[in-house]
Amino acid sequence: MDARARGTGLGELMDTRLSPEQISLRDATTAIVDRFGPKTVQALDDVERRGGLEAAGTGSGWYELRTADASGQPWASAVEAAIVAEELGHGLADIAFLGPTLAAELRRLAGTPAAPSLETVGLVADLSGLAVQSDGHVPTSAIGIDGRGAHAVLVLSPLGGGFELVSGEAGPTMPEPVDLTRPSVSIKSGSAVGVVPGQNQALRDEDLARWTALALALCSADLVGAMRGAVTLACEYARSRRQYGAAIGSFQAIQHLLADAHVLTEGSRSTALHAAWAVDALEADEALVAASVAKAYCARAARTVCETAIQVHGGIGNTWECLAHLYLRRSLHSSDLLGGVGACLTRIQGHHGIGGSHGLP
Amino acid sequence: MDFRDSPAEAEFRTRLRSWLATNNPGLPASSTADEYWAGQAAWHQALYGAGFFALSWPTEIGGHDLPSVYDVILDDELAAAGAPPRPSIGYLVQGLLRHANEDVQTRFLPGLVSGRERWCQGFSEPDAGSDLASLRTRAERSGDDYVITGQKIWTSYSDVADWCLLLARTDAEVPKHRGLSAFVVPMRRPGIEQRPIRMINGITTEFGEVLFEGARVPAANMVGEPGEGWRLAMTIVSHEREPGELGYVARYRKLVKGLTELVGRDPGEWSEEARRDLSWAIVESEMLRLHVCRRLSERLDGVSHGPEGSVDKLLMTWVEQAVGHAALSVGSRVDDADDSWLKVYLYSRAQSVMGGTSQIQRNLVASRILELPSE
Repeated sequence: MDARARGTGLGELMDTRLSPEQISLRDATTAIVDRFGPKTVQALDDVERRGGLEAAGTGSGWYELRTADASGQPWASAVEAAIVAEELGHGLADIAFLGPTLAAELRRLAGTPAAPSLETVGLVADLSGLAVQSDGHVPTSAIGIDGRGAHAVLVLSPLGGGFELVSGEAGPTMPEPVDLTRPSVSIKSGSAVGVVPGQNQALRDEDLARWTALALALCSADLVGAMRGAVTLACEYARSRRQYGAAIGSFQAIQHLLADAHVLTEGSRSTALHAAWAVDALEADEALVAASVAKAYCARAARTVCETAIQVHGGIGNTWECLAHLYLRRSLHSSDLLGGVGACLTRIQGHHGIGGSHGLP
Repeated sequence: MDFRDSPAEAEFRTRLRSWLATNNPGLPASSTADEYWAGQAAWHQALYGAGFFALSWPTEIGGHDLPSVYDVILDDELAAAGAPPRPSIGYLVQGLLRHANEDVQTRFLPGLVSGRERWCQGFSEPDAGSDLASLRTRAERSGDDYVITGQKIWTSYSDVADWCLLLARTDAEVPKHRGLSAFVVPMRRPGIEQRPIRMINGITTEFGEVLFEGARVPAANMVGEPGEGWRLAMTIVSHEREPGELGYVARYRKLVKGLTELVGRDPGEWSEEARRDLSWAIVESEMLRLHVCRRLSERLDGVSHGPEGSVDKLLMTWVEQAVGHAALSVGSRVDDADDSWLKVYLYSRAQSVMGGTSQIQRNLVASRILELPSE
């Protein structure tokens, strides 16, 4: 009854496992983040370390995953992009990945060449959707998410029944970000928009649905990574911290908090994997629903899991120097991007005909 | 990675779908009405007879020897058709396959798998719940038989069972985990009394207690070796924690489908809270479907059940109880004469107790997966 004895070649079975190549990508990404990621809150100020991370990420092709090949298809599937996103979230990697990847996807969908320099996407102020220019300027309220090092910010401009891509100049990093690892950039004041050259098709609702599905899937993967990191951090602390003459991890009250956190992480991972697969495999509206299911589940879970990590650390968990709040902050930001729990549930309601709305953010 | 059907899987799905179109018995949701259990045996036999049950089990016992992912397709289609879930006997089958000798397997598995004979599981006792190994029901050797004396409780389907997979103490001199043995006990014999227990949602035909007063079982009906009972029990409860083994995904999706159709007729009539509870039930049940796909795919690597069963049991419990909460919010608006959604909600409270409480599952996750120290 050994399942391995049966035909298990790809395509013969429904099979949700990662391929050997995907496992290699994951392991290589983990190794880079282990080496160059911040191990302490103070390390966020270590410019040399972050330079190493950026160089390794560039060398590994992280920024090209969703750029177009000769046929307009992405070089890598959304599953591969999600694998990278999860490991970056797990290691609190403080470099831009989501922003540039989503910008590359917009360019790919519009049929335009890859960006000449690092760029990100501009969202409306509550982060619920892409910003749209109206008067020849990128709205100064727009936020260039995950834009460390970005020179330009892509937003939409109405064109016929759809949109074209326009770009504005990135301003300075925004102060006091929620997510200390992925600061946003502002739009340079008075920055006139330039139409991104070489676009051969207007972006339609279907394109934006697929783009939003990718964004939600990558955020979900990042959330899964952050949850894994938070659980590991809290378990390590629970094994070493002693009270009443015993490691606090031996107390059922602590064990049950951490067990729930682990279980929420595993459930989240199952939704996030499917969402990433769906981006390229399903119709755009189905991909968007799959991504909304994942984002709703992961966002709700991540807040609980990261709050648990803080609680298990006790007083230490409430200090700036403890890594636990970095996971919480990163998760809160991932949750807000392109719509949090409420927006995703509304979309799911629309899909199932129980109210809500089908609409894009 | 591919969540889609292969061509062979798609062909199976099409055949199953067309069979279901004319063979759905239209029973109420499981565990909410006595009518369900009255029709369940016929459903089991019909599903089996048509070749749509026992998909991943060996052909020698009446199975089809297909990969486990076929069970995902079965659950998908049962839910989509609003048909009853597949019979939840996988944990008994796995326990017997792993621990019983060939003679016991040959005599009992075909009847269990085909639904010709019905089974219950005699594990819990009034004084042995979470601490199962402290159970006191005795089995004493007498010639070619063992004589059983004791009391079992929370015994599902004991009223209709032909056989009971019984855990009893055969050696009181050794540490408690080592003195247990398992038997296949015929239920319709002198010395066995079955009493129904009424659950909080009013159903009386699911739960029972069973009294054994000198009931005799042939020694040849022992499952495994003397003293192997605890290991068999652990095999069974770990499978009992796997939604992929139980087929519960179909059960939850059928309930969610019913609620969605109800609200979908006029969404504006329902409160924002009710629709939100229902959308969470949709998200949770979809999570479990995807989680089962992932787990069954992992089996292709030869990964078998372990402490991950406790993770899955907790996820499954949260899903059932989210569906229960949606049934409560949505169902409270339904005509008072129809309390079926209230019954769904009330039944959902049992899921965090049966098959090992959520607290026991958390202990197992903490010690065996997170490797936290013991007190």
